[in-house]
Amino acid sequence: MATTTDSTPAPATQAVVPARHKPKKESRWGNPIVYFAALVLVALMIGPVLYIIVGGFRTNSQITANPAGLPNPWVVGNYLDVLTSATFWRQVGNSTIAAVSTTIGVIVLGVMASYVVARYQFRGRGAMYALFAAGLMFPITVAITPLYILVKNLGLVNSLAGVILPQIAFGLPTTIIIMVPFLQAIPKEIEEAAAIDRCSRLGFFWRMVLPLSVPGLITTGILAFIASWNSYLLPLFILNNQNTFTLPLGVQAFASQYSVDTAKVLAFTSLSMIPALVFFSLFERRIVGGLTGAVKG
Amino acid sequence: MSSNFGLENLAVEEGARGTRLPDGGTVQPVRPPSRRKRRGIGWGQRLEITVLSGPAILMFVGFVIFPVVMAAYYGFFRWKGFGRPTNFVGLKNYATILQDSLFHDALWHNLVIVVLSLIIQGPIALGFALLLNQKMRGQSLIRVLIFVPYVIAEVIVGTGWSLLLQTNGAINGVLRSMGLGWLTSDWLANPNLAIWTLMLILTWKYVGFAVILFLAGMQNIPEELSEAAAVDGASYWQTQRMITVPLLGPTIRIWAFLSIIGALQLFDLVYIIWGQYVSSTAGVSTMATYMVTEGRNAGNYGYGNAVAVVLFLISLVIALLYQRFVLRRDTEGALTGR
Repeated sequence: MATTTDSTPAPATQAVVPARHKPKKESRWGNPIVYFAALVLVALMIGPVLYIIVGGFRTNSQITANPAGLPNPWVVGNYLDVLTSATFWRQVGNSTIAAVSTTIGVIVLGVMASYVVARYQFRGRGAMYALFAAGLMFPITVAITPLYILVKNLGLVNSLAGVILPQIAFGLPTTIIIMVPFLQAIPKEIEEAAAIDRCSRLGFFWRMVLPLSVPGLITTGILAFIASWNSYLLPLFILNNQNTFTLPLGVQAFASQYSVDTAKVLAFTSLSMIPALVFFSLFERRIVGGLTGAVKG
Repeated sequence: MSSNFGLENLAVEEGARGTRLPDGGTVQPVRPPSRRKRRGIGWGQRLEITVLSGPAILMFVGFVIFPVVMAAYYGFFRWKGFGRPTNFVGLKNYATILQDSLFHDALWHNLVIVVLSLIIQGPIALGFALLLNQKMRGQSLIRVLIFVPYVIAEVIVGTGWSLLLQTNGAINGVLRSMGLGWLTSDWLANPNLAIWTLMLILTWKYVGFAVILFLAGMQNIPEELSEAAAVDGASYWQTQRMITVPLLGPTIRIWAFLSIIGALQLFDLVYIIWGQYVSSTAGVSTMATYMVTEGRNAGNYGYGNAVAVVLFLISLVIALLYQRFVLRRDTEGALTGR
């Protein structure tokens, strides 16, 4: 915006460009200082992550001799050790089961409730929306102590179900906040047309709403998956048995068990962040859009 | 709280024509207009509403609302978590909490973290967002990259940073190799430094989220405004100060709300990096770590629940005050519904 000047006469070919024209190609390159500052910013944000990943390719003696250096030579032993350990894969499995079940639960329950809030008129609709919206203000921290007792009374301690069920419940607010505007945006005309074709509201839900809301479902699904994959507090309370550990608990246990084997800890840590990073980079636009959309209502 | 998104007419129309059965397709003959007529909702629709929203409400009430209510109940007991609580102690747990200097410390740390998060992350995020709002190449890639810390698990962030910040870790190593050996210190255990170390890590982890929010807010500001300002001879900085930042107000206020709530409930990073014993001596304990340490880890579930209630009430009061005095200015109600 600051780079284009309106006073200079435009070349003949562009004389009639309207005021809202897309900026010309050559002006997209902007200020070099901006690039430098952006580069520094990115380095600061990515540096620690790269340190973890690259550190996994070093040996402990390399790390001790020069904590901040590059691998010389690169060793893959740490990564191979982790990748061939049964513990790691069991934890990957537990994390996957928890994350996939949570995602499915959140999506199924969330989209059904959102549909009701978005497209039914009844007394208590506003209250229902407010109930779920209020849940956004109180993360799991506040409820964790009594929640643990509840899960214990249900006999679900040390089982993944004891993590999955609360995670579904705590994932519902975000899902509903994102899905309600999404479902409201489906034009009324489609619903009317469906009604004329003798399609019931539920039939409309199955045949029209679900297919149309797939993008929103992907967003909320990814958010639920990443939240579950990264979840720490709830598993910390519920899962006390090593066999049921999810990856975050596993990383912590591994880090304290092998506290002298820094390189191996780094390898374990970087492997455990891969799924969240892959999902995020694949669906970055949707996630960012979903998050900002949820916050702005 | 709620607006009617133009669906009212449709619903009334349908109600008048008779309700539809949930099993698809068949339209019931017109139902005799009952008491329900005015709301335009019949039993069929009620059934649909129940079937569709029932499971979600059950889960939510069962695993979110019910535990919070039960915490208020358990908080009146001295209870080790086995069997039913029987040893009723009234408000004694609360009196203990309010008199415990460890809790005072934790509350103080929480408030410091709330304030520092706002005054550190806010300006930094705003600066970065203004920077990235420039026309430049690779903008979308940069956005992905600065968002990475936000996506990584707290455990990984905690493990990684505690290795980096060890006395013989990479940060001190870099400082030494740059000839800044006098700057090296025990970043994690030094009680004068630890809270700043925590702020550094928190800023690193969460500033990307603020940047993304602010950027999204900036994209909603019509470009015509800054173009008009440029025509009037405003400099870049004048334009940002007089147009972009004021118009970003609603976004900033919502971000601040989320940041405050998050800071009040901070647990994971502190507990992972400092653990249950070190956090209070290093001066970084929070109400949540206090709750876990004194409650679950000590086996005092009655007491832990009382702490949860206090944490809940403090968060609730602050959230309500914020909504009442700050967010109310914004036409879009955001988190509170519409």
